[in-house]
Amino acid sequence: MDQKALRYDIVVIGGGNAALTAALEARLAGASVLVLEHAPKAMRGGNSRHTRNIRAMHAAPTSVLTESYLEDEYWDDLLRVTGGQTDEALARLTIRATQEALPFMARCGVKFQPSLTGTLSLSRTNAFFLGGGKALLNAYYAAAEALGVEVLYDTQVTEVAIDGRRVRRLKVVCKGFPLEVTGKVVIAASGGFQANIEWLKQAWGPQAENFLIRGTPYAQGRVLRNLLDQGIASVGDPTQCHAVAIDGRAPKFDGGIATRLDCVPFSIVVNKHGQRFYNEGEDVWPKRYAIWGRLVAQQPDQVAYSIIDSQAEKLFMPSVFPAIKADSIAALAEKLGLEPAALEATVAAYNAACVPGDFYSSRLDGVHTQGLEPPKTNWARPILQAPFIGYPLRPGITFTYLGVKVNERAEVIMQDGGVMENLYASGEIMAGSILGKGYLAGFGMAIGTVFGRIAGKEAARNVQR
Amino acid sequence: MSSVEMIESPAMADSRRAMEVCNACRYCEGFCAVFPAMELHRDFAAGDLSYLANLCHGCKGCYYACQYAPPHEFGINVARSFALLRQESYAEHAWPAPLGRAFARNGLVTSLAMAGGIALVLLLTFLLQSPGTIFGVLPVTPGAGFYLIIPKAVMTLTALAAGLFAVLAMGMGLASYWRASGTRGWSVKDLRQACKDAASLRYLGGNGHGCNDKDGSFSTTRRHLHHLMAYGFLLCFAATSVGAFEDLILGWPAPYPLLSLPVLLGLAGGIGIIFGCAGLLWVKLQADQEPQARELLGADAGLLLLLLLIAATGLLLLALRGTSAQGVTLCVHLGLVLGFFVTMPYSKFVHGLYRFAALLRNAREQREAG
Repeated sequence: MDQKALRYDIVVIGGGNAALTAALEARLAGASVLVLEHAPKAMRGGNSRHTRNIRAMHAAPTSVLTESYLEDEYWDDLLRVTGGQTDEALARLTIRATQEALPFMARCGVKFQPSLTGTLSLSRTNAFFLGGGKALLNAYYAAAEALGVEVLYDTQVTEVAIDGRRVRRLKVVCKGFPLEVTGKVVIAASGGFQANIEWLKQAWGPQAENFLIRGTPYAQGRVLRNLLDQGIASVGDPTQCHAVAIDGRAPKFDGGIATRLDCVPFSIVVNKHGQRFYNEGEDVWPKRYAIWGRLVAQQPDQVAYSIIDSQAEKLFMPSVFPAIKADSIAALAEKLGLEPAALEATVAAYNAACVPGDFYSSRLDGVHTQGLEPPKTNWARPILQAPFIGYPLRPGITFTYLGVKVNERAEVIMQDGGVMENLYASGEIMAGSILGKGYLAGFGMAIGTVFGRIAGKEAARNVQR
Repeated sequence: MSSVEMIESPAMADSRRAMEVCNACRYCEGFCAVFPAMELHRDFAAGDLSYLANLCHGCKGCYYACQYAPPHEFGINVARSFALLRQESYAEHAWPAPLGRAFARNGLVTSLAMAGGIALVLLLTFLLQSPGTIFGVLPVTPGAGFYLIIPKAVMTLTALAAGLFAVLAMGMGLASYWRASGTRGWSVKDLRQACKDAASLRYLGGNGHGCNDKDGSFSTTRRHLHHLMAYGFLLCFAATSVGAFEDLILGWPAPYPLLSLPVLLGLAGGIGIIFGCAGLLWVKLQADQEPQARELLGADAGLLLLLLLIAATGLLLLALRGTSAQGVTLCVHLGLVLGFFVTMPYSKFVHGLYRFAALLRNAREQREAG
């Protein structure tokens, strides 16, 4: 490849939502732009390819959002999930800017779904992409290519060469060959490190070996590590990641949304020894699924089994893998690889503790156990009717919180408080500043879109200086 | 219980697996009727899958949006799996059954060979009988002209026999599919909805977003081309019906002047078919092959080519009226039309009927689901 050809005004590291919005804005402002995407074309787009919606502030109903969702309510929602681990100035900036995000997306060819059926009720707060995140990315890539943004797939950035407060060049491996790429300005939008099992092990120990990664295998965190090692300030807890309980048969990477299992509240969940370990009916599933990743990760071999009977079979979204069924608890235990006597004892003790009551699957029904440890405080109906059904559970990692620190112009901040002269960041690599803990549906895409656009515009302005 | 278990076809097994993945994902529910229809099920019987496959208009939106499409290990390609399953349903329900099997794969060769063969037979027959008539310059006067080449009774009876056979065969096929795919319990309101959805090609991107004709980008080209072809076909059918009515009932014999209803209808329809079919062929060949079923290209292209040739020879016949080329052109045109009618129940033509049945069941299910 021609070395001279790889000098651009702006080089964007990454190929997801935060990278493409940055590339589009920079190109629209007149800069020459190169996007370096680690994945091959068919798997481009980072974790954005598994997303579905963006949380957007709006004062009045739009074609895709109902009623209104104002800044203060949005902020309260964020404050609640993060428990205050957020930066109010950056958060409010993000929230306000989501108002203009939707028209920008539409201009780039992104199509939205008019309204939503099904189990999620987010039509007031979240705009859904027609076909999901991959369709959104297809639109962005098509728009970028039409504008003359260049994209290199299969291209991993291995080193960001920093000299003082400037990025001098990037060392990359393009389709297996080493290259140097120079940009007057660099935008890091290369995501977190959740697909880097070795790194996860540093925080979690050897048990991380058994984690499944819900998103892209290309989120290796190489650029993030490289920047933090060179004096860039970090934000977010380096040991924390967003982990949910997913079907234990899911692929190691890229299982995405389909591998979720919503049966836990209507089940009992046992570990590999056939023992229960947490109150399955503590709250409705949307408020609890994010703690179950951690709960399962703390069990031996990082595996658990959700057990229901035929009464509960149809109370939750269909699973991607078939239910494991048997005519007796002992036979089910055999199929799941559990000790039959242990599972029979656990089910018998649970059944004996169930206090009769009126069962309602769609709300907290208060049907509980008595004298059982740990208790089950809702939907505690005895497991009696064959066939008995089991699903294996494993921790599924969605994203990590550790990132680089940025200011409101998406400029990257150094440990000494100085501001990098030509390095910007957007997306998951900086999201820890705003979402330091927890999870809010569609907020990752909000941060990525808003900061992608800011980074792109600011970078183009920087080039013109 | 039979000791021999029915073994499912790969297309059926593939489609079932795809629907199980899709039903756990549901990101595509905004594209078309298939995904909302799928969401009404947890398990998928063969009849349900056949119904969903025929409900699919092949817009390919779900392929380009799919996070589980190849090279993902799930390898989901609903557009392709359903195209193959549709073809299996046509072959399975074709009447009489042995013909369905013969036409299950090799559509292009079969249609063209049959159409060409019929044209050739007609040509040879009349060449042998009276070369003077077929190459002669004949007057364009009512009652003469065409009927000097092919006697009126032969033309009428052949057309009637071929037409009746096609209607019977397709009727039997549709009835069999109708039973197997659960098209029952519908109301007049559902019928109206299904007619509306079919006539507007609502699910070929008709909700405004367009569909993925050639690649990941959205367009309404294919929908508009299909309209040109389908409504062109209906105009030609109307032209033929009006002509037959005027000739056989009112006793105004063909051929008709340029500014008459049958000729104007046929002219407009013929032009629609030519542009529609040529455009659809062009889109099909230009498009990304991944979400298509390459093995069905023959069947798809066969019908489009045959319609294109019929329309082209029909217009040519109009242009060549009263010249020495009229006889040959008429024989070829009628041969192709005859071939079309005979092969119709075993060609992609039946997709319209199967899809309508699917739209009808969908209208009923969505009404009941509220």
